Amino acid sequence: MGEVMAQEMIAASSLVKRFGEVTAVDNISFKVKKGEIFAFLGPNGAGKSTTIKMLTTLLQPTSGEITMDGFNVVHQQEQARKAFGIVFQDPSVDDELTAKENMWLHAVLYGVPRAEIDGRIEELLGLVELWDRRNSRVKTFSGGMKRRLEIARGLLHHPTILFLDEPTLGLDTQTRNLLWNYVKSLNKSQTMTIFFTTHYLEEAENIADNIAIIDHGKIIATGTASALMKQTKTKSLEAAYLKLTGKELRDEAASGTERLKLRYRARGGGFR
Amino acid sequence: MRVVYALWLRQIKRYTRARSRIIGAIGQPLLFLLAMGYGLGSVFKKAGGGNYMHFLVPGIMAQTVLFSAMFFGINIIFDRQFGFLKETLVTPVSRLKIMLGSALGGATTSLLQGLLVFVISLGIGFRPYNWAMLAVVILILGLLATALTSFSSGVGAFVNDFQGFQAINQFLILPLYFLSGALYPLNNVPTVLRIIADINPISYVVDALRAALINQSHYGYTKDFLVLGITVVIMVLFGVYRFRRIEA
Repeated sequence: MGEVMAQEMIAASSLVKRFGEVTAVDNISFKVKKGEIFAFLGPNGAGKSTTIKMLTTLLQPTSGEITMDGFNVVHQQEQARKAFGIVFQDPSVDDELTAKENMWLHAVLYGVPRAEIDGRIEELLGLVELWDRRNSRVKTFSGGMKRRLEIARGLLHHPTILFLDEPTLGLDTQTRNLLWNYVKSLNKSQTMTIFFTTHYLEEAENIADNIAIIDHGKIIATGTASALMKQTKTKSLEAAYLKLTGKELRDEAASGTERLKLRYRARGGGFR
Repeated sequence: MRVVYALWLRQIKRYTRARSRIIGAIGQPLLFLLAMGYGLGSVFKKAGGGNYMHFLVPGIMAQTVLFSAMFFGINIIFDRQFGFLKETLVTPVSRLKIMLGSALGGATTSLLQGLLVFVISLGIGFRPYNWAMLAVVILILGLLATALTSFSSGVGAFVNDFQGFQAINQFLILPLYFLSGALYPLNNVPTVLRIIADINPISYVVDALRAALINQSHYGYTKDFLVLGITVVIMVLFGVYRFRRIEA
């Protein structure tokens, strides 16, 4: 792996995903450098989740190429999968198992060395303040607790890239702060590359080094928060975002049924 | 191997924690055993068939494993619905190991349920002709369960809703069961029924169980195990093939 490639932790080029005649992701390209915090923003149904699914090997792209830490996600799936951790948008823990059992299973699936498993579990469950509840079944947890568990689990195998798909959805302010502080410290101490999506634009404004905005399957703007504000002559990222995506909505008003269809297919298309 | 073990263990834990499921899955076979066994026992005896309850027990054990293992695939659909499937699919573990670990876990619990029926049948007077043959019984039920949970995982991998899964299962399970000789001897049945039974792999499983438990066989061990072996290979290959194409 060359010096240049190692610097590019995520590289997507000319990425396309079609479900039937509907194009959910339409020829997008972007790069995320090592140690960068990258925010991927867009309205519901814009193609965010489909993109994340392709990046994380859950969906095959129709065309285009993705490399993760230099590994092709289609042809070198195993190496690519080892490189990243992901906290999904919706729950993905096993409710019937305890917090500790969920963590243990994840550690085994990722081949964490046996001698390190217990220590890491204790450290991470302590961090998200779930150590006291380690032997409770997850089905007795509140939504926020499950979320914290998912975050702890996503970090268990020390990934070099961390995907956070709307990680703070439904969390209270305390937990959101705790989460972002920890993510920032990981980013600093381990030069972990962070790729996240959110609907809270102030989070993106405060935390992200770079931002990409996707709408109707296309990336419509990229840059730092201040560059995007400058470009749109606005004073906050939220205003910039609304200016960029709001305009698109009016353009697309005539083909509203297409949009609905796209959303439906984009959500259901993965189930086959 | 550790990965397969971890996924196997997950299924065992889920099973032992859902007591109602154990009772539910055992209820139907027991109803068959008691109602048919006591209901038809005297007629069977008069016709010269001997003890119907003893004849029926191996069939009901096969039924228990057939029903519970064929429903194992619903767990894949549950895992997809509740998100856990994605967690396993993004890990650097081959789909083969994910499928095998889970299916073997399901097979183990199905096998346990089949053996539970055996234990209950002891309570109503059933005795195997040779206790040592219990090892063969476990082997037969284990192979059957592995074949069916693999097949069922494969179905669960491409059917995305519960209704669709149920429909496919009902369409398969009942004919496999009723046309297998689990409930009646195949010696004197009409030709059409005999031909159907001959192409139904469950017939050979029931036959092997009957041979092992009450020393009574229609096809003979060699044929029974040959068919069972081929069934296991085909079903596991089907499961793996379908599971490799899974996308979340």
